[in-house]
Amino acid sequence: MNTIGVLALQGAVREHIRSIQDCGVYAIEIKHVEQLEEIDGIILPGGESTTMRRLIDSYGFLTALQEFGKQGKPVFGTCAGLILMANEIDGENAHLGLMDMKVARNAFGRQVASFEVDLEINYVAEDFNAVFIRAPYIVEVGTDVEELATYDGRIVAAQQGHYLCTAFHPELTDDNRIIEYFVEMVNKSKQSLAS
Amino acid sequence: MANRGTERVKRGMAEMQKGGVIMDVVNAEQAKVAEAAGAVAVMALERVPSDIRAAGGVARMADPTITEEVMNAVSIPVMAKARIGHIVEARVLEAMGVDYIDESEVLTPADDVYHLNKSDYTVPFVCGCRNLGEAARRIGEGASMLRTKGEPGTGNIVEAVRHMRQVQSEIRKVTGMSRDEVMTYAKEIGAPFELLLQIREEGRLPVVNFAAGGIATPSDAALMMELGADGVFVGSGIFKSDNPEKFAKSIVEATTHYTDYKLIAELSKDLGTAMKGLEMSTLAASDRMQDRSE
Repeated sequence: MNTIGVLALQGAVREHIRSIQDCGVYAIEIKHVEQLEEIDGIILPGGESTTMRRLIDSYGFLTALQEFGKQGKPVFGTCAGLILMANEIDGENAHLGLMDMKVARNAFGRQVASFEVDLEINYVAEDFNAVFIRAPYIVEVGTDVEELATYDGRIVAAQQGHYLCTAFHPELTDDNRIIEYFVEMVNKSKQSLAS
Repeated sequence: MANRGTERVKRGMAEMQKGGVIMDVVNAEQAKVAEAAGAVAVMALERVPSDIRAAGGVARMADPTITEEVMNAVSIPVMAKARIGHIVEARVLEAMGVDYIDESEVLTPADDVYHLNKSDYTVPFVCGCRNLGEAARRIGEGASMLRTKGEPGTGNIVEAVRHMRQVQSEIRKVTGMSRDEVMTYAKEIGAPFELLLQIREEGRLPVVNFAAGGIATPSDAALMMELGADGVFVGSGIFKSDNPEKFAKSIVEATTHYTDYKLIAELSKDLGTAMKGLEMSTLAASDRMQDRSE
């Protein structure tokens, strides 16, 4: 059976674990780099990206996660996870640089401007309840990146091969359709990596 | 259509803070130290609790200049405290755009009968609790996050431990109750019945519960995580220590890796002196902040 990890340095880890398990897949919390060998795909959860980056640096996760992605193993980032995956951040240095896109942090405003809205997401759903919390958005994407969803003219979900990201938090709802989509990405990658 | 200030959006904000440390700061410089150390949020204050305790008198919402200075200095969320029941202080903080309001017993209560009706606001609130009844009443009023009260500004962990153990123990108790027992228990502890039924069903509170009030060392933070806290607030503990940068970083790492005892040993080395603590028996009843609200 496939195993999906959730980077468990800080943030909404429990919710992602629950939604992976709801999809019938084994889920583990990743706190040490050695654990990356045990998993077929990883979710970078929502939380505070500055906090996660500091802890990523403290425990050697930066190159380990980049290597994990280079092996062709799927990575899914939500909110702070999306920021970690971008190769360009407005006004700041990039983190993992896995996806060819420029993002802006807290781009919809402070917490009082946080919102939820029904979104259409390509390949996933026509009416996905998307929860945006001090959310980032994607300012522009490279030619290899496909936009999966937009809100108010901003790109809020995207995919580049085995990399997936959303500016919103699917883990805060009971709707597992986007996690199911990621689980399918992990299945396909495992098959192709095995052959 | 986009909806702001919904229960999901307000509670969700606190979910994103889990496993993190929220630090009290009194100026932009401290806020930057906290952010660089890996704090998930800062609490902007005019004085940290131990100084409020020392100064005496009436403690109120901070001067908005300080709060704005902190908001402009960091990109992580900024929280601020309003007096219990002070509708206008809360509305002012909301209008300024702070990310979370702490309706806090650390400040002198403005209303000794009623707490704020927090469901009315777009901004989310965090409130203190010492037991399940108090936790459930605050959630009933619309709090989106809780923190156990502890005894602020003492650097003494004993009250934080007492309150976390109390809440966890009462959750376990209610989880094992039959439906008819829950109604009587709701009456006894003064908790909304429907909310207790929900807690019984899920085996946990419907909102995030951090620990606060007395955390002074990396081991203290790890202890509170071990006891079931979703994260920790550190008030006076950081900037009243000898080496705030080092204390802040060590407390952040101990909170993430709270069962990695070798790491906590490393983190605790050469930290310098922690804040000077207070023994509970030396506090007069009138100086106990935790008893200012129920």
